Amino acid sequence: MLTIKINGQDTAVNAEPDTPLLWVLRGELKLVGTKYGCGQALCGACMVHLDDEAVHSCVTPVSAVGTRSVTTIEGLQGNEADALRHAWTDIDVVQCGYCQSGQIMSACALLKKTPQPTDADVDAAMNGNICRCGTYPRIRAAIHMAAGSR
Amino acid sequence: MAKVKRRHFIRYIAGTVGGLAIGWSLLPPRQRLTPGDPLPVAPGQVALNGWVKISPDDTVTVVMSQAEMGQGIHTSLAMLLADEMDASWDRVKLEQSTLDKIYNNQAEILDALPFQPDENGYGKRAARWMVAKIVREVPGAMGTGGSSSVNDLWLPMREAGASARAALIAAATDTWKVPVNECRAEAGRVIHTSGKSASYGELAARAGQLGVPKNVALKDPSAFKLIGKPVKRLDNPGKINGAAIYSLDMLPPGLLYASVKMCPTLGGKVTRFDGSAAQALPGVRKVVKLEPYAGGLASYGAGTGGVAVIADTPFHAMRAVEKVSVEWDHGPAAGLSSRDAINALSQALDKNAGKVHFSHGDSEGAMKGAAKTITAEYRAPFLAHATMEPMNCTVQFKDGAATVWAPAQGPAFAVNAVAGVLGIKASKVKLIIPQLGGGFGRRTFVDAVSQAAAIAKEADGLPVQTFWSREEDMTHDYYRPAFVSRHKAGFDAQGKLVAWQAATAGSSMGAPSFIDGSSKGAADTGYGFLNARVTHQGTDSLVPVGIWRSVGHSYNAFFTESFIDEAAAAAGQDPVAFRENLLKDNPRLLRVLKRAAELSGWGQPLAPAPDGAKTARGIALHPCFGSVIANVAEVSVGEGRKIRVHRVVCVLDCGFPLNPNLIKQQMEGGIVFGLSAALQGEITVEKGQVQQKNFDTYAPLRMRDCPVIETDILASAEHPGGVGETGTPTIAPAVANAVFALTGQRLRSLPLKLV
Repeated sequence: MLTIKINGQDTAVNAEPDTPLLWVLRGELKLVGTKYGCGQALCGACMVHLDDEAVHSCVTPVSAVGTRSVTTIEGLQGNEADALRHAWTDIDVVQCGYCQSGQIMSACALLKKTPQPTDADVDAAMNGNICRCGTYPRIRAAIHMAAGSR
Repeated sequence: MAKVKRRHFIRYIAGTVGGLAIGWSLLPPRQRLTPGDPLPVAPGQVALNGWVKISPDDTVTVVMSQAEMGQGIHTSLAMLLADEMDASWDRVKLEQSTLDKIYNNQAEILDALPFQPDENGYGKRAARWMVAKIVREVPGAMGTGGSSSVNDLWLPMREAGASARAALIAAATDTWKVPVNECRAEAGRVIHTSGKSASYGELAARAGQLGVPKNVALKDPSAFKLIGKPVKRLDNPGKINGAAIYSLDMLPPGLLYASVKMCPTLGGKVTRFDGSAAQALPGVRKVVKLEPYAGGLASYGAGTGGVAVIADTPFHAMRAVEKVSVEWDHGPAAGLSSRDAINALSQALDKNAGKVHFSHGDSEGAMKGAAKTITAEYRAPFLAHATMEPMNCTVQFKDGAATVWAPAQGPAFAVNAVAGVLGIKASKVKLIIPQLGGGFGRRTFVDAVSQAAAIAKEADGLPVQTFWSREEDMTHDYYRPAFVSRHKAGFDAQGKLVAWQAATAGSSMGAPSFIDGSSKGAADTGYGFLNARVTHQGTDSLVPVGIWRSVGHSYNAFFTESFIDEAAAAAGQDPVAFRENLLKDNPRLLRVLKRAAELSGWGQPLAPAPDGAKTARGIALHPCFGSVIANVAEVSVGEGRKIRVHRVVCVLDCGFPLNPNLIKQQMEGGIVFGLSAALQGEITVEKGQVQQKNFDTYAPLRMRDCPVIETDILASAEHPGGVGETGTPTIAPAVANAVFALTGQRLRSLPLKLV
């Protein structure tokens, strides 16, 4: 049995070590805010933070987490997260919403590293996140708004 | 969206006409306030009609008959009711409706009838009257599709709100013994001129006893507080903190998971399988053989068989299903290639042009007498829906009854599919529809629901979530049909367009020709052609095909608006001026066209792209779903001859704009969806197998390639049209026309590629 830190809590995990973190979160721990979209690190719906880095949980074996701290959308807190959620609401970003957990995780990792991102920074940081509803223009606007408001 | 409904609708007609024909003309139109069975209520809660309930704590629960798949319909519909009711917006909660005839979607069916939007002849009015009558009476004609929800519910939900408000005022006047004209309603309270007031929660019980009021007046638009305002989405909070629940997130106690492996060949099935290696893996409960889904029509693609593994966790199920060894019967599509299938459409048009779907004047004669003619053939590929949430459904079958959690655009289809598979009555099926992680038409089809019911039958009463991998989802879709279209235009000696002909070939989804929507967007262009003929040849398809955001408009707008651009070039005219000449009798389309030209700076110099590349504009205009849209796209060509779209100006007339904020969202979303298809969308089939399996090879647009989109919604007091699909059709022709303006190269196949 593994113990990993998830959303600030040391959490015992029964899954086999090769189980992708996504399926540990969704299947065993019932943290279903992190979504399955492609299973191949192509769409970003499964983004979580390992420490402050955004990673695809669908291709990250739970054994690779080690001592790093896992943050999911349910546990995402702090100034950047607050600013992003405020901007997301103010601009009405979401449509179906299925990809938005991943979008916010990627956007938050960006702001932690680059507090005042350029459009090119946004393009690079958000390139791994697909949205079929086409919310990209509003995501871009919301990231800039969140950056400006802090 | 409309097509599959029509298919079922035919069956409904067959089954119900006999019983309903007598006495129709004697019946008044059935109002949609009161359901057949009273709404279920919690203790203390009161239902004032079939659309709204009030709780003692003043919560106003608005009943939702439509599925929320991102289009914002829950917010929009709640606004209609809450405004007329003068409810307090922050006390509004939503609840899924039951299946009842008052929730039947009449507009979805009516919009599918094959008439020109501006036609108002006896035939159209008679057909609409008759069909509306039928749809009112047919059980289960509910559905979210065809961009029809606001069109359909604009009056019923307002009437429900106004009725509830009148009932609450009546309760107050009855309690206080005061005349009704001394009371008004505001923000969830009834207030008397004396200053005395009571909340809706306090008045609800008495209002319920007094019954549904008669002759209720709707508000004058000047009194709207929510309707017409950019109200924020009600579903924002849960969608930014992980709390929003989709079908895949349902966690009923004892939940098991089933992963599916279907025959890679479309329409194939299992000859034999060996599940022993899978069965030996941890957590595996059972290996199940899946019969092909039998609910579709064979003429447009058969269902595909496969195997499923039921296990204790999703990963155990996914891992184990790969270990099931299967011998496949690849079926009739084993030799199929999409290239051949599309070439066959073109060859079919060599033989004949198909059935006439629209005719005006004498296009043959005019073409013969023309001084100059031009012809062109256009092509559109198969496309997948690729909803972000892959297909899935959870079913618990216990004690002869089923509970179903499904992302469903057609609730009755889902209920009937489960009932059919389990051999129980539809009344024994309880359907819960959570948030849909995208729909785009895919979730009208209940193949995955049917499969999930078959799997749940093997689970000894435990709930099973059947979920498809992205690969299964992409390779077993009901694809947007491939289409080929041939166009001919004739001009007189002065260069005036005197004849227009279009002939399309593609799968019409088995619908009889008189209600075949394949020509939507080809036959009903709104242009005042002097002589025109639009024909369609329906073909069978081994590739399963289905409705895809904007349906016939998705390809016909590309064909029509590209060829209009060709005609303008052939006539030596500016594309906007050329269209204006064809729209002299169509002020609605003309207004949208002129505004798009104005807002985009049409005819003005255009700055180069950031890297200095030359840029050009292209325009496209299209009426669909009761709305009219125009796009002007600004494009350049980048490295590797890549087409880049920098800015899109979008002008929309959607009738009365219920929520401008949500409408703009839908325009942005529709344009990005259409642009993904226009630049990158193509499903190909080799040896009967779909070649694109994930987002690497079927690649939606990403942030870096997304243009700036500026949307202008024109003021209108007309009945609302649809917006959910309206944004999609015009972007492909606008971009293609811009590429022509930039390079002189006319791209006639989707996706658009410069070679």
